[in-house]
Amino acid sequence: MTTLLVEDKTIVVPGEELAEGMEYLPGSDVIRDGDKLISTKVGMVSIQNHLVKIIPLAGKYMPKKNDIVLGKVVSMGFSGWRVDIDWAFEANLALRDASSDFIEKTADLAQYYDYEDWIVCQITSVSASGKLIDLSMKGPGLRKLGPGRMIHVTPSKVPRIIGKLGSMISMIKEATGTKISVGQNGLVWISGEDPQKELLAVHAVKKIETESHISGLTDRIKAFLEGAAQ
Amino acid sequence: MNYKERYDGRKVDELRPIEAKVGVIPRATGSALFKIGKTHALAAVYGPRELYPQFLQDPQKGILRCNYNMLAFSGAGERVRPGPSRRSREISFVMEKALLPVIDMEAFPSTVIDVFVELVQTDAGTRCAGITAAAMALADAGIPMKDLISAVAVGRMGGNIVLDVTKEEEDYEGGMADIPVAMSTRTGEVTLLQDDGDLTKEELMKALHLAKKGCEQIKKVQIQALKNRYKGE
Amino acid sequence: MDIIKQHVLTNLSKGMREDGRQFMEYRPILVEYGISPKSSEGSARVKIGGTEVVVGVKMEIMEPYSDKPDEGSLMINAELLPLSNPDFESGPPAIESIELARVVDRGLREGKAVDFKKLCIKVGEKMWVVVVDIYPLNDEGNLFDAASLGALAAIKDAKFPIIENDHIQYGKLSDKKLPVQHLPLECTVWKIGDSFIVDPGKTEEASGEARLTIAVLEDGTICALQKGGDKGLSFQDIEKMVEIAIEKTAELRGHL
Repeated sequence: MTTLLVEDKTIVVPGEELAEGMEYLPGSDVIRDGDKLISTKVGMVSIQNHLVKIIPLAGKYMPKKNDIVLGKVVSMGFSGWRVDIDWAFEANLALRDASSDFIEKTADLAQYYDYEDWIVCQITSVSASGKLIDLSMKGPGLRKLGPGRMIHVTPSKVPRIIGKLGSMISMIKEATGTKISVGQNGLVWISGEDPQKELLAVHAVKKIETESHISGLTDRIKAFLEGAAQ
Repeated sequence: MNYKERYDGRKVDELRPIEAKVGVIPRATGSALFKIGKTHALAAVYGPRELYPQFLQDPQKGILRCNYNMLAFSGAGERVRPGPSRRSREISFVMEKALLPVIDMEAFPSTVIDVFVELVQTDAGTRCAGITAAAMALADAGIPMKDLISAVAVGRMGGNIVLDVTKEEEDYEGGMADIPVAMSTRTGEVTLLQDDGDLTKEELMKALHLAKKGCEQIKKVQIQALKNRYKGE
Repeated sequence: MDIIKQHVLTNLSKGMREDGRQFMEYRPILVEYGISPKSSEGSARVKIGGTEVVVGVKMEIMEPYSDKPDEGSLMINAELLPLSNPDFESGPPAIESIELARVVDRGLREGKAVDFKKLCIKVGEKMWVVVVDIYPLNDEGNLFDAASLGALAAIKDAKFPIIENDHIQYGKLSDKKLPVQHLPLECTVWKIGDSFIVDPGKTEEASGEARLTIAVLEDGTICALQKGGDKGLSFQDIEKMVEIAIEKTAELRGHL
């Protein structure tokens, strides 16, 4: 007999029993213990067909291949740059991945990316030990960032901040006239001419972060942005 | 000697008032406060993050590093000299062992997960309160665990086994046995067990069962605190 | 200059702080007394926005200093707990925690907050020492002001313990409060670009160029100063910052 012990979209904690029996399969952040499926994190249950997974509500960023992240250049060597992407280890940006231009080995690397520059980059590989992470700046939208504000959000909330096909983030950009770059690592860069509107964008992003698990989010954010415009 | 009525009037299987709150230190990856009677423990988790010195890094799994500390004004009598003592280092060590069995450290190779526990006020049961707070803080930090660890100290006073001893009970003139216990109540696995004092085997088994009862109640409060964080604020 | 600092300066020049506050506006302040009543002789918690500091007072008895045999003394310690900030590490006190303790100490000592003569138990033989321990629990900027407010609040909360048979009976407090005679408080004013602000958040602190912590008494007299930061301050800057501190400490005092 297979039974679900919780409803879809319930908030559960580590050790909480989600299902009994063998028909349901453990998805991410769910483990099987005997004939029970157990949550390993604090998060929202997501049941699709027979797959039970958890959408975590908290946690530090863990680098994944192909993720677009925001990072800060922390050092330069002969073969490239080291970038802090808010992970336990710095990531590598090699000369050959830094630009569509050919960069000579003797070139002044600071011309391209200098200390404390912030970049939007893509993770091209992560080693099994998690220590070696390679980045690339070659790709659409990958670039050095100009002056702006940087805020931190919980990485698991990033998909909601971006929205389906970028709809949520576009709504905020339009309503506030700001440029926004969102990294899968939870770093968000916001820049606008009007500091008041820029702050409104910051509040909107933070609001999504705290309310992402409550239904009707898109409408609430829309109302929030419209309300502030008055 | 018999200890029939407890100093504070509680029943033998009754916990002191307990309170828990999560997310109390916003800068930390995860955090929690746990109060049991007058013992107040604060826990913060940072990580997974880089481990210094580098030679301690393990390419196959992460390290859990616990740090138990009492604030200078939190002790029962005199001021507590700042800095680690042998006692606090031992507690840090057993706390780590109490929390490890439910965490899959292989998911975080080469890194460290730091757990800091600070006692703001103490009235016995501090390592148990610290472990209980740390378990919530780890969950709040998104560290995957098979269960929340709960902990409580039981005591043998005279011929009775009592739940959740106070400092006054620890200092009982007739001598007593102080038994801190931590466990995963879902699986029944004990992850911390210590004893200071005489015990028969039967008394120990009774103590473990009573500890489980206490841990189950504490677990309910831990779960509620974690869920309360996300109640439509 | 990094893009974040650049943008902070640009926004400040447009009159805008990180969180929309006025330049001279403090975040919401909370002062709570007696947070550790069982084990301390006095204690307090201070929150300024998200920054949280707890302070406890323990009373000890020692031999007075030979040059001041009829006075007691005050000792201020601060520990930047690794719990409160990912950049703080365990281990011996970092210079930042030493500076914090000494700056708070300077304000309280030079401001004569506690009447040392009334801490004398027996001339030349015994004195009370008021030991104050300051602990940030969450660091979101402006630890100096939070610590100064917390230390004074804890001292105000404190009572003498009872002495029985020449021993301090910890856990038994008398009704007698400590002899607090003045209320010096500190306000730290920061200079970022050409702007002066108080109560910075972490990003503002990181973008700051110079700071001046000013301890002020109830009557507006300055009793201690500490300059920090990598850049210099002109005489005009200093005068302006002192004026700001005199005004702001009067406000802060209202929270005690």
